[in-house]
Amino acid sequence: MSTLEIRDLHVSVETKEGPKQILRGVDLTITSGQTHAIMGPNGSGKSTLASALAGHPKYQVTSGTVTLDGEDVLAMTVDERARAGLFLAMQYPVEVPGVSVANFLRTAKTAIDGEAPKLRTWGKEVKEAMGNLRIDSAFSERSVNEGFSGGEKKRHEILQMELFKPHFAILDETDSGLDVDALRIVSEGVNRAKENTDVGVLLITHYTRILRYIKPDFVHVFVDGRIAEEGGPELAERLEEEGYDKYVGAAAPASV
Amino acid sequence: MTATTDLTTDHSRAVADGAHTHSPGAASAAPQGSRAERLTSFSLDDIPVPTGREEEWRFSPVARIQPLFDGGLVTAGADGSGVRVTVEAAPEVKVETVGRDDARLGRAGKPGDRTGVTAWNAFTEATVVTVPAEATPADVTSVRFDGDQGAAAVPSAAHVLVKAERHAEAVVVIDHAGVATLNQTVEIDVADGAHLTVVSVQDWADGAVHTSSHRARIGRDAKLKHVVVTFGGDVVRVTPDAEFTGEGGEVEMVGLYFADSDQHQEHRLFVDHAVPRCKSRVTYKGALQGSGAHTVWVGDVLIQAEAEGTDTYELNRNLVLTDGARADSVPNLEIETGEIDGAGHASATGRFDDEQLFYLMARGIPETDARRLVVRGFFAELIQEIGVASVEERLIASIEAELEKSMSVITGEADPATETDAE
Repeated sequence: MSTLEIRDLHVSVETKEGPKQILRGVDLTITSGQTHAIMGPNGSGKSTLASALAGHPKYQVTSGTVTLDGEDVLAMTVDERARAGLFLAMQYPVEVPGVSVANFLRTAKTAIDGEAPKLRTWGKEVKEAMGNLRIDSAFSERSVNEGFSGGEKKRHEILQMELFKPHFAILDETDSGLDVDALRIVSEGVNRAKENTDVGVLLITHYTRILRYIKPDFVHVFVDGRIAEEGGPELAERLEEEGYDKYVGAAAPASV
Repeated sequence: MTATTDLTTDHSRAVADGAHTHSPGAASAAPQGSRAERLTSFSLDDIPVPTGREEEWRFSPVARIQPLFDGGLVTAGADGSGVRVTVEAAPEVKVETVGRDDARLGRAGKPGDRTGVTAWNAFTEATVVTVPAEATPADVTSVRFDGDQGAAAVPSAAHVLVKAERHAEAVVVIDHAGVATLNQTVEIDVADGAHLTVVSVQDWADGAVHTSSHRARIGRDAKLKHVVVTFGGDVVRVTPDAEFTGEGGEVEMVGLYFADSDQHQEHRLFVDHAVPRCKSRVTYKGALQGSGAHTVWVGDVLIQAEAEGTDTYELNRNLVLTDGARADSVPNLEIETGEIDGAGHASATGRFDDEQLFYLMARGIPETDARRLVVRGFFAELIQEIGVASVEERLIASIEAELEKSMSVITGEADPATETDAE
């Protein structure tokens, strides 16, 4: 049983005009097995939260804490966070030319586990996971994300989530740009990981569509860099009907 | 009258970072106009000692090359030269040491710059490697130049002729190690129907200064794969020229270089499409790290009026790993006929991509390993193209060794031996 605890998190991003405050005091606690959906309009800071948790150098934490079972996550380097059990499925996965998927997966798995995976079982495990996500086995020899379609990139992210078995997975708009078939395949992957590993999931999304496939335990509405409202799955249903208008309208004066 | 045209120019991936110059056309880059008009000669009197302002020397540290501009070079391998020349030939291959009056020498083009003409006039004995007609040796033939510590102070000259006779197929590797101040000519003669691979590896130690004029003539339906690998030495300047003498010829020129602090690595290529229906492919890739690391790539391609049906493409990519390094990249394409199959070039110089680093590190991979993966990936495809297993393995090992150096720069460790990453 693990706990990821975010307390009063303030994050700014470097821009040409100087640092710009994006997160203005986020509080959130996730434990193993839970799924938290973070919803909100564009520009509300959802993706900033994801990047800041993973340690992207563009984002500066100006105050607040993030702990994983009491360990200070913010003091860790990007790779240390991943090895501690955090996983970020990226909104825009990066191409790495000349590095094959097979080599990448094995290298990452070795780094995360601290030892190389057993050759025979690893091969089988990868093959099976790829099959479940309808990823052609020829992908193993392709360069990471190079020439992948949008859907292929997202399935490749979830493939990693299934293989690396993190304690907590942050899914940054994994659903955006996916057609219904791809969305279902990706969602099945996330649900398999939840079943098999008791992973805690932070599901960042703009739309309610994915919540039909991945059931959240909690829904948080992000507005202007902080959580404006929280509730159970019923909150998502309300958002589906009402949209974000009421939050955006209410938040506008506060941000001045 | 020369019409200079860029048919295709792929600059979409070029990164403007200040450490990069790029002249898209010969007209803007070459003050003396067409490459076809550049003087070539066997006479020292015709090509004077450069000042450094000349088109072909404008990127070069001429002061450091100065010892190789004058006559009076000792022949490499001779007593007192400090350079040992060793040949290990496949059984089918003939190796001779001949005098400079041998009629086979000096038939592949003429020197086109000062070091080229100095090298031609200096050597007393040449090494001739002949792959007999229709011979297809399975083994690699290697010619090694090893300089000892004293060799740096003794400017020397060397001449190698690699001759593949009609329908021969072979691989010849020319290796350079140790320290030397060496001015070299490599003549390559690929007879009709022959398939020859020539690999030149500049694996010099610090302190070496090496200039080398490669001049290749490619016969009818012949194919040359020309590979240049430059890792070591203070100054290395290789100028491969390829000239087609019969229809249906093909040349593939592959280069790979890795420059460290204060190293100058220059590769200037010239492909002369003088006859119809020949094909050329040029792919050079380099990485740079450390202050004062400087690489120069110039790729001249001339498609003469009579060279109808020509198909050519050249590409140069540079990966700048640290601040303070400079990559110059200048592709020039001159086209004197419209009746061609294809002609294009691409050049891009980019800094190490921090987003790639973040992606890999976000998967638990430590920074040093992540950088290694990216740089290996950058070179991977090119290494596979070489097609000579022993050279590929050495190359991968050399890249690893270079990366050890950059890791010590990045992590601030003075001693790369403290690296603990298991490979």
